[in-house]
This record gives sequence, C-alpha cells and structure tokens, in this order.
Amino acid sequence: MSVTDELKAAVQAQTNKSGDAGHPMEDFLRMDRIPHIWCPTCGIGVVVNCFARALEKIGIPLDDVAVVSGIGCTGRVAGYVKIDSFHTTHGRAIPFATGLKLGNPKLKVVVISGDGDLVSIGGNHFVHAARRNVDITVICVNNFNYAMTGGQMAATSPTDSILTTSPYGNFETPFNLPFLAESVGATYVARWTALHIHRQTEAMIDALTKPGFTFVEILAPCPTIFERRNKFGDGLDRLNYYYEHSEIKHGEPTANVDVGLRTKIIVGKFVDKDRPTWLDSMNSHLKRKLGDRFTPYEG
Amino acid sequence: MKRVLTGNYAAAYGATAAKVNVVAAYPITPQTTIVEILSEIVANGELNAEFIKVESEHSALAACIGAQSAGARTYTATSSQGLALMHELIHWTARARLPIVMTNVNRALGPGWSIWADATDSVSQRDTGWMQVYCENNQEVYDTTLMAYKISEHADILLPTLVNLDAFFLSHTSQVVDMIDQDRVDAFLPTYAPEYKLDIDNPRSFGSLTSPDHYYEFSYKMHKAHEAAKQIIPEVHAQFAKEFGREYGMTESYRCDDAEYLLVTYGTIAGTTMDAVDRMRDKGIKAGALKIRYFRPFPSEEVRSILKNAIKVGVIDRMISFGHEGAFFTETKAAMYGETVPLYGFIAGLGGRDVSIKDIESMVDKMQAEDPSNLIWIGVKE
Ligand SMILES: Cc1ncc(C[n+]2csc(CCOP(=O)(O)OP(=O)(O)O)c2C)c(N)n1
Ligand code: SF4
Ligand SMILES: [Mg+2]
Repeated sequence: MSVTDELKAAVQAQTNKSGDAGHPMEDFLRMDRIPHIWCPTCGIGVVVNCFARALEKIGIPLDDVAVVSGIGCTGRVAGYVKIDSFHTTHGRAIPFATGLKLGNPKLKVVVISGDGDLVSIGGNHFVHAARRNVDITVICVNNFNYAMTGGQMAATSPTDSILTTSPYGNFETPFNLPFLAESVGATYVARWTALHIHRQTEAMIDALTKPGFTFVEILAPCPTIFERRNKFGDGLDRLNYYYEHSEIKHGEPTANVDVGLRTKIIVGKFVDKDRPTWLDSMNSHLKRKLGDRFTPYEG
Repeated sequence: MKRVLTGNYAAAYGATAAKVNVVAAYPITPQTTIVEILSEIVANGELNAEFIKVESEHSALAACIGAQSAGARTYTATSSQGLALMHELIHWTARARLPIVMTNVNRALGPGWSIWADATDSVSQRDTGWMQVYCENNQEVYDTTLMAYKISEHADILLPTLVNLDAFFLSHTSQVVDMIDQDRVDAFLPTYAPEYKLDIDNPRSFGSLTSPDHYYEFSYKMHKAHEAAKQIIPEVHAQFAKEFGREYGMTESYRCDDAEYLLVTYGTIAGTTMDAVDRMRDKGIKAGALKIRYFRPFPSEEVRSILKNAIKVGVIDRMISFGHEGAFFTETKAAMYGETVPLYGFIAGLGGRDVSIKDIESMVDKMQAEDPSNLIWIGVKE
C-alpha cells in the first residue's frame, strides 16, 4: 500500500461519536462547510481540534458555549465550529464577546482569533477586557503575521522577520503576549505551540474553567507565509523546530518569555491567580452601596 | 516609460511619483498589494519616505493627519471596512483642510462578508468634505493620483481627495500604464509647501474648540473651496493634457452629442457601458455614455448640459442608498432639476456581481418600454 492509500484507508476507518463511519469531530464541526480554507499543515486546525477536546473533557453542553472570532484565517474558526458562533468585524471580537457575556452571563464565552485581530487592531479591547476581568476566555493563534491578507508585518512579528511589508526584516519590537496579558490583569496566562497538543488542551481546560479573563496563546505555523518567507520549511518542519526549541518553564516571569525569530521558545503556564470578575465586582460593590435596594445582575 | 501594472500598482507608483514623505497604512484585501509594493519601494530607498505600519486604519489616517500637519505630503490606502473604520478622521482631515490623498479600492461592506466591488464604502463618505474621483482604468488611477495632489494642495482648495478604483476589476487586473519621468512629474507637482503647519519656530495650535461664532464660517469656506475646485480641476486637467498628452474631465462623454438614450455611470462599469453604446449604435439605437469622474465636487452644470437634450437618461449605480435609490442617480436628478427629460435609476453589480454589455443593453430596452419604473434592479434573483 502506498502512503496515500494508507492515509486514505485510515481516514475511511474513522468513526464518529456514535461509532458510525465519519469524521471523529463531526459533532463539533459544521461538516457542510468542510473542506475548510486553511492551507496544508497550517496550525489553526490543531487549535480547533484541541479546543473541541477540551470542551469534551470538561463535559460542558455545547449549547452553553459561544465562540466569537474576529477576521483572519483564525477568524474562520467561528464559521466551522458547530456551536453558537459569531464571526465579527476585524479587531472587535472581544467587545462583541463582552456584550454577549453580559447579556447572558450563563454562557461560556470564548474568543478564538488571530494575533493581528486581538492585539494589533483590537489591542485596546484586549487591554480593557483584561483590566476589567470580564469573564471570558481568549485563545490567540499567534502566527506572527496578518496571514489572511497575505502576510504583512504585525505587532507580533519578531524583530528581523521577513514579511511582505518588511522585505528586509522587521526592525520593530513585537509584543510579548503573556507579559502583556499578565500586566493588564489576566487571571490565567499560558503559552503552548501547535506541537503541544495535550498541554494546550489542558491549558484550554484550565482557562475555560477558571473565572475571569483567561488567556491562552498558541504559536502556530503559517507555512504559506510566515514559515516560507522566513525559511522555516513547511508546517511539519516548524513543528520540529518547536520540538527542538521549546522549553517548558511553568511560572516563569512573563517578562522573560519574549519570542525572537530563531530563539528558544519558552512555553508553560505563567499566571494562575484569582481576582473578582467584572460582574462579581459590580454586584458586590452595588450591594455594599445600595443594600436591599439592589438586586444582583445575573442575566 | 510604459509598464504593465495592476490598478493597485498604478496607485502605488502614482504616490511614489508624487514623492510622498510619509505613508501610513494597514492591510486589507483588495488594497494590500498597494501597501506591499510601497513598503518595498520605501525599503529599497527608491522613495525617500517613512512608512509606518500602523495597527489599524483609524491609526493610519491619524498618522497621516499628524504628518501632514507638520508639513509632510502623505498617502494612505484602504478599502471597505477599513474606510468605515477611518470615518471619524475622514471628517477631521477635510475640516482641518489637510490635502491628503487616499486610494480607496471600492469593496462591499459586511456582513455578508464580501471582498468584491461595490461603491457603498466611498459613497458613505459623501458628506465629509473630501473630493472624490472614480477611475475606469489603471492609467487613470496613476494620472488621477498625481493630479489629486496638485488639486488638493492648491491654495484655494486645501481639501483631501479620495481616489477610487473597483476591487479586482482594476485593483488586481493588469493594463499598460504610461509612467511619467520623474523630472517631468517634479515640474508638474512641486514640493509640498503649506502655508500653515506645525512649526516649532512659529508655534500654532490646531484643532481647538470652535464656538458657533466661527464654526458656521468654517463650513462655508469648505463649501466655497469645493466650488473653487470646480474651476481649478479643469485647469489642472488642461495643464496635465498639455504636458503629458492625456485628457481628463470631471466627466467624460462618449458618443453623447446626438444620443437619444444616455447612460450615466462611474468606475469600471463606464468602460463596459461605452462598449455597449457601440453595439447599440451598430443596431441603430442612438445611445451614449456619460462617465462621472468627480462625485465631489459634483459637476452639476456639466452633467446637465450634456444630458438635457437626450430623450431618456439612465443612471447606473453600483451601490444603493437604502430606502431611496443609487447615490449617483440622486445627484444626477438634482442636477437635472427643471429639465423635462425622464430619468431612470439602475442598481447593478452590487458586491462584485458582473455587469455585462448585455445587462447594459437591457437597460436601454427597459427605458424604451412603456412607463418604466424609476428604480430598476438588474438581474435580481427572486
Ligand atoms: C477594519 C479592517 N481592516 C482590515 C481588514 C483586513 N484584514 C482581514 S484579516 C486581517 C489580519 C488577520 O491577521 P490575524 O488576526 O493575525 O489572523 P490570521 O489571518 O493571521 O490568522 C486583516 C488585516 C479587515 N477585514 N477589516
Ligand atoms: S495563510 Fe497561513 S494562517 Fe492562513 S490558512 Fe494558510 S497557513 Fe494557515
Ligand atoms: Mg496572525
């Protein structure tokens, strides 16, 4: 059997949750939208898979979850998951999610979006939602560029990286996302790469079950643009790079976890602390001030 | 020098020839290749400019406003959602009388995410005080960009210009573009030397609170500047034609002189309309086309003088002002106030739907029919 035949056989042998022939993720994906648009060996699919497994392990009914994305290759996640989902405008996933959460506080609201969406054009919202400690989980697929528009330099592009708008390399200093998230108040901050499927799934479980603004950054290959332009090979080569260059350091001060173009990559759980959420703060504050005149808001 | 360029490259080379000092932009399909080629041109040292890769369109225009206020010639480009995000500063640019030139690649707005051609984005900026031009081909994009700086910077105008081109039909389609030698561009478009700018040796304060005693006059003067532009734009066109041999107007008429059925439109649909006119003429129908280049200032008198002798006039809009009609139709009707020629509005090609020669011929058929309605949608799937 050729490798392709073997692969085909393996695909055909798959079963869905009910044991019937089909894709194992069938219950979680809008199969009518598949095939997806992502390039071969792109890292976004891994994140979707891990997210599905995290939800499955938590055992939360999918009806209680809502996924909000902005625009970008990662933004497409909202369209593929068979969960109430919202494909919002570029940069505004977090304010949409904030409104959604306040409108229905019983919902588990998850933002899954790209680095450009969350911290370039949407950076201000990221900062304020974390400061207020809005009870949402933000999963950022960081591929170090605006991939959907063809690979321009972003606020996350490592210094020296070559992109379509930095033909001789980027001379700016990029964001260190865990450091940013911690400094503005996130209660949970972790970083993994697309290689770390079990650990990223565990991190998503932690983030989804912890109250407050929780943040998981996943470094993911964008073979079509970032890896190609910066000579990292394809997505599998990049996973290999992650394998060789990742160092797990739980609790590492986030100030130390910058990612350079060809430096080691520090991954792990960096922050796990408790702070009252925005809604809790509002309810307890107004209860204190107004006593019985105030009925706590529960949606 | 002749080169084969996409509309986006024509825009970028136009800005390069204008020797802009500062570029600030954020990528968005289908504008991205403008940003990409410009960042390369700047990085290669072919253009002595600063390129700021800002974090959003709102910041892009804000950065241009800052730079332009300090005396730099600036450039930015965007499309659709990006233009909408800039809206606050689009007003600001014009009211601050900063002659910034911006390319907008006309693209539809979401939801119903669409990256294809539609003029709703720029028409929505109608009342901001910007001048607006719509281009039909890539040569026009290049030439218009150059002329836009000269017109915007004219001391009697001092207003920004939005140069529009249709998504993909121009932005990503290659055509031969005749590029002008730099020394000849320099002679046509001298260095930007604003009378008022932020200057540490002569300190000024911009953007201060304005009481009702003065605000009204600010607006009046902006309007007067638009009126002045209606005189100055043709002068600049004439000078351009004299220097470089290519003629432009605020409108462009095609076989209009003896036309009985006149179609008014803008952007790439204008080219298709001219082809349709030829076909109809071959069949014995006296058709003509009027391409509108300037939407602001709107050349009302010119439009009226060209249309008033027709038997019927149709206006094709690649946008719809919901609850009313196409915006160019509204303007054309207003320009024709007092005339008796019946006018019909056609809505076509929204969200990049193709508008064929046949579609355009069908419009004249519809106008010829008895008692046609005033607003006709072309090719709606019921
Ligand atoms: C207001 C606005 N500006 C620009 C765009 C164009 N745009 C779409 S996606 C994107 C960048 C996406 O980058 P990122 O969020 O990192 O997602 P990725 O594609 O890398 O997954 C841009 C600039 C837009 N849709 N809206
Ligand atoms: S362009 Fe990059 S991020 Fe987008 S789907 Fe392809 S590989 Fe993934
Ligand atoms: Mg990205």
